[in-house]
Amino acid sequence: MSTTDGANSNNDREERMSQVTGKQGSINQDHSAAKQSVATHSLSDVASARRAKLGQPIAGSTGLEARGVHAWFGKKHVLEDISMDFFSGTVTALIGPSGCGKSTFIRILNRMHEFIPTAALAGQVLLDGKDVYEPGVDVTKIRLRVGMVFQKPNPFPSMTIKENVLSGLRLAQIKIENADELLESCLRRAGLWDEVKDRLNEYGGALSGGQQQRLCIARSLAVNPQVLLMDEPCSALDPGSTLRIEETVRELAASMSIVIVTHNMQQAARVSDYTGFFLSDGGPGRLIESGTTEEIFSNPKQKRTEDYVSGRFG
Amino acid sequence: MTQTLTAVQPGRPWKLTQKQILPDLFGAIFTVAATLAIVAISPLKGKLGFALTLIFMAIITATAISWIRRDRKAAMNSTTTVLVYIAAAFVIMPLFSVIYEIFKLGSVGFSFGIFTDDMAETSAASPLTEGGLLHAVIGTAYIVIFATLISTPVGILTALYIVEVKGRFAGLVRFFVQAMSGVPSIVAGLFIFAVWMIQLGNAYSGIAGGFALTVLMIPTVARTSEEVLKLIPQDLREAGLALGATQWRTVAMVIIPAARSGLVTAVILGVARVVGETAPLLLTIGGADAINLNPGEGNMSAFPYYVWKNLLIGDENAISRAWTGVFVLMILVLIIFTLARYFSTVRGNKK
Repeated sequence: MSTTDGANSNNDREERMSQVTGKQGSINQDHSAAKQSVATHSLSDVASARRAKLGQPIAGSTGLEARGVHAWFGKKHVLEDISMDFFSGTVTALIGPSGCGKSTFIRILNRMHEFIPTAALAGQVLLDGKDVYEPGVDVTKIRLRVGMVFQKPNPFPSMTIKENVLSGLRLAQIKIENADELLESCLRRAGLWDEVKDRLNEYGGALSGGQQQRLCIARSLAVNPQVLLMDEPCSALDPGSTLRIEETVRELAASMSIVIVTHNMQQAARVSDYTGFFLSDGGPGRLIESGTTEEIFSNPKQKRTEDYVSGRFG
Repeated sequence: MTQTLTAVQPGRPWKLTQKQILPDLFGAIFTVAATLAIVAISPLKGKLGFALTLIFMAIITATAISWIRRDRKAAMNSTTTVLVYIAAAFVIMPLFSVIYEIFKLGSVGFSFGIFTDDMAETSAASPLTEGGLLHAVIGTAYIVIFATLISTPVGILTALYIVEVKGRFAGLVRFFVQAMSGVPSIVAGLFIFAVWMIQLGNAYSGIAGGFALTVLMIPTVARTSEEVLKLIPQDLREAGLALGATQWRTVAMVIIPAARSGLVTAVILGVARVVGETAPLLLTIGGADAINLNPGEGNMSAFPYYVWKNLLIGDENAISRAWTGVFVLMILVLIIFTLARYFSTVRGNKK
C-alpha cells in the first residue's frame, strides 16, 4: 500500500513540476531548468502578493461550515473528521494529491454526495447555521444556494446559450421579469458576454471548451447562489481559458463565497484567500492544514504541507 | 513569402495515384477472368459455382497483390478487407433482391385508384383496375397509431424507471421487458383474444388489434429507450440537479431533450416491429373487405390481413393485389420513417 502511495505522490509531483516549469518555459524556454526552482518558490510570493481579505467568521450568519464530516463509499472510509469554515466574500482552495477526497468533500457541501449509491456520511454541514443534512430540509433549495461547476464543461446540449444560462430558473421554476438583463449580467460576470452577445441563440456545444466552462459558470450564477463550488474547473482547459476563469473567480468572490478544488498550485496561490490541504496516507483523507493561502504557501505549520506545496512531496 | 503562399494549392497527398490503382484494377480484371475460366473448364456450374469461385479468387488475388507489393501484414489486411466486403454483400444482396421483387410484382397492380376504393363490392379475382385497399390503409393507420399512442409513453416511462429512477424493482422490470420482447407475436394476439374478447366480451375491432400490437411494441420501445437514456452522460444529470432542480424537472428539461433523437428512433423501431405483424391481427381484428371508420367496433382490415387474404385466394389477380399491398405498405413505412427522422433531427426554430 505504501509503495503505491509513494508512486502516486511521485507522479503527482512530476505532474505539478511539469506544470510549473511549463508556465515558465512558455515565457523563456532556454532557461526553463534554471527557472524551475524560482518558479517553485515564487508560489509563496504569488500568495503574498495577493493579500488575503480576512473574512470574519460571524457565527451563524455568513457562509458555509463543515463540522466533523466523515464520508464512506461502501465500507471504505474516504474522509475523516473534516472541519472547515468558508467565509463569505472569499475564495477557498482545496489542494492535495489525487484520491485524497477533495472532490468528495465539496460534493458533500451541496448534497451531491448522496447520488452515489454506496455513499454514507457523518457530521454536519452548516449553511447559515442550519444543517443541510437535517431531515426535512428541501435539498433543491440547498443546491440553489450552493451552486456547482464541474470538472468537465457540461452545457445542456439541447439548449441555446441563452437557454443554458437561464436554465437554472426554469429547472427550479423561478419566475423573473427581466430575463434579458439577468442573462447579460450573468454572462458579463462569467466573462463571456463579449464573446457570445451576437450568438445567444446558438447551441452551447458550439463554443470552445473554455467558453463552455464559463457558460456553465454563468448558468450557476443565474440562480444567485451564495456559495459556488468548483471542482477542478480548469483541468480540461488551456492556459488562456484558465486565466479567464481565474479572473472570473476573483471577480465573483466579491459577492459570494467560492470553494475551488485544484491540482494546480499556481492557481491556488493566484486565486484563493484560504487554502486547505488534504492528504490521504492510504486510509481516509484528512485535512492536514488549513489557513490563509499566504500562510500555507509561505509558512506552513506542517512538514507535509510544506513538502507538498514546495514540490518535495514524499 | 507571399509568392509561396499564393502558389500553394489545396491537395490530397493521401489519395492514391492512378499508378497505384493500376495493380488493383488488374487484380480485379484478373479475378473475374480467372473465375470465368475456372467455371468454364471445371465442373463448377451455375450462379452458385460462379459466386463461390469469385469469392475465392478475390481473396487470393487481393492477398497475393498486397503480399508482393508490401508485406505479410498488408496481405492480412487485404484478406480481411475482402472478407468484410463479401459479408456486406451477403447482407445487402437479399435486401435489394426483396425490394426489387416487391417493386416488380407490386407495381403491376398499383394505381392511385387503389387509395380511393375498398374490396366491398369487388371480388379479389376481378381486374386490377377495380377495387382498392383503402380499407387496409385505414385499418393499419388506426391500429398502428393506437398501439404507438399507448406504447410510446408506457415504453419510455418504463425506460425512465429503469435508468433514471433506478427503483427497487428496476432489475425485475428490465427482466420482464426482456422476456416480453421474446414473446411470439401470436401469443400476444391470443392474450388479447382471451382477455379482451372472451373474458371481457368484446367483439373483433381495430382497438383489439391495437392492444395486441401494443403488447409487442412496448418491450421494443422500452429496451431501445433504455439504451438511449444510458448514453446520456451522468454530467448532465448532475448539472441539472446541482442547479436546484428536482429529478423530474431534470429529466423533463435536460435528459429527454438530449435523448430526443434516440427516443424517436426507439418509437420508429417499435412501429417497424409491429406494422407487418399478421398473426395477432388475424385473432383480433376479424378482417373486413369494406371500409370501417370506427376503430372501436366492427371488423377491421389491415395491410397484413389484406395481403394474407389475397394470397390465400390464390387467383392470379388476387396474388397481384397481395403484392401491391406489400408494395404500398413498404412505401408508407418508408415515408413515415423519413418524416420521423427529419423531425427528430431538425431542432425547433428558436427565437
